[in-house]
Amino acid sequence: MNSFFDLHYAAHILPALLRASLYTVLITMVGFAIALVLGLVLAILRRSHLKPLSRGVGFVVEFIRSTPLLIQVYVLFYVLPVYGITMSALTAGTVGIALHYACYTSEVYRAGLNGVARGQWEAACALSLSPWRTYSGVILPQAIRAVIPALGNYLVAMFKDTPVLSAITVVELMQQAKNIGSETFRYLEPITMAGLFFLLISVTFAQLVRRLEFRLRLP
Amino acid sequence: MKTDTETSTPLQPDAPVMEKEMNRDPADVLSTAAGCEAEAPMVRFAGVTKCYGALTVLDRLDLEIARNEKVAIIGPSGSGKSTLLRVLMTLDPLTGGTIEVDGEPLTHMRKNGELVPASVRHLRRVRSKIGMVFQSFNLFPHMTALANTIEAPMRVHDLSRKEATDRARELLSLVGLEDKCDHYPSQLSGGQQQRVAIARALAMRPKVMLFDEVTSALDPELCGEVLNVIRRLGSEHNLTMLMVTHQMGFAREFADRVCFFSEGKILEQGTPQEFFAAPQHQRTQQFLRAVREAI
Repeated sequence: MNSFFDLHYAAHILPALLRASLYTVLITMVGFAIALVLGLVLAILRRSHLKPLSRGVGFVVEFIRSTPLLIQVYVLFYVLPVYGITMSALTAGTVGIALHYACYTSEVYRAGLNGVARGQWEAACALSLSPWRTYSGVILPQAIRAVIPALGNYLVAMFKDTPVLSAITVVELMQQAKNIGSETFRYLEPITMAGLFFLLISVTFAQLVRRLEFRLRLP
Repeated sequence: MKTDTETSTPLQPDAPVMEKEMNRDPADVLSTAAGCEAEAPMVRFAGVTKCYGALTVLDRLDLEIARNEKVAIIGPSGSGKSTLLRVLMTLDPLTGGTIEVDGEPLTHMRKNGELVPASVRHLRRVRSKIGMVFQSFNLFPHMTALANTIEAPMRVHDLSRKEATDRARELLSLVGLEDKCDHYPSQLSGGQQQRVAIARALAMRPKVMLFDEVTSALDPELCGEVLNVIRRLGSEHNLTMLMVTHQMGFAREFADRVCFFSEGKILEQGTPQEFFAAPQHQRTQQFLRAVREAI
């Protein structure tokens, strides 16, 4: 136990940390999938010509973006049960982080939608395309291509924010490392390994996003 | 190139002679009661007004365009030329007045004998009789030339992919681009992009084609190929055409009628021969002189 970095100990705790990593990656992927879809819906609703709707959505987005994720997951997990809405820690954590990041991605989409030239809307109108087809076939393929790098940023940011969920008893990677440390009073190995896993997985996510960006690049 | 044999067809201005609409009694502007449908003009603007804020861009404009007539619209910038096309394409809503296309009200519909603002469905149906080509092409950059051309027929007219593709290939070969079907807009020259845009608009089988300064963004060298396509469309197909243009030579040679716009009104109109040889208004003479000096 007196070596600087105990490899035996590291090997011993590796399986538990790997399991926690997988768990964390799953939370991130489910949460981000929700954030991608919900963010798009919020961005489109915010462009609505119905003033109350666009203002209401704008208010919700600004509210969620301007309050800490920690408070939001606390509300979901500890406050909502008072009003009869009970969720498991995992559900509350995933929903919380997804909602929080949906508001960020909605701003990214908004920038992407604003970046599509007005002439594209006009051409779609002149061809009598339906509003649905105008969005799905003409505007979004251009808007989303332009913001893939920014969305990728938020994927990594979201992954690195998962330790916040430990506050509501979700045992993600960081919490698992802390638990191991408090059992043995050796924190160096679990915390270092958790950090390394975060690094490796973040870099992998970033690479995957870059590859997607490259594959969707237009000639 | 199966259409190669039919090129150089001499232009036959076969549109019916228009009645002089200029001196019409302003009182009958609002009487939009439909006359005989068969003789109805293809497009009728009646008292059309368009304001952007305090700025009046079209000022109680009356204009009738006969079937298959080719009308060139010229005038200084800011005179409302492009706005005329934009309100006809329903890209901008009207401030006042009515537009009829093919005997049907465009931005309004008849309901219990009254004109009410058109529903979205009515608007889409009547609008699909009109095709528009833009100064900045506005091709969809993420679609090939072919995909650009089949998009609307498949999505709006519910054509099968095969039907739409067959027709799109015909149209792309009509504009001389049969070998560019699989190219993306960024891989085409400006003139080629504009010809794809023409094919894309034609794919919807419009009765009226609007050309909004379609050669203004092109090198002089590339203008010719686009104008040649428009020339052929005019001579070989039954299309009503409205074109906003700065190409006076083309307007003179191609149009049946030239309308000179100034401050949201038609100041002067006539056949190209009359119009260019002896413009009546001082403003028109001044404009034509300025254009000639610029060349």
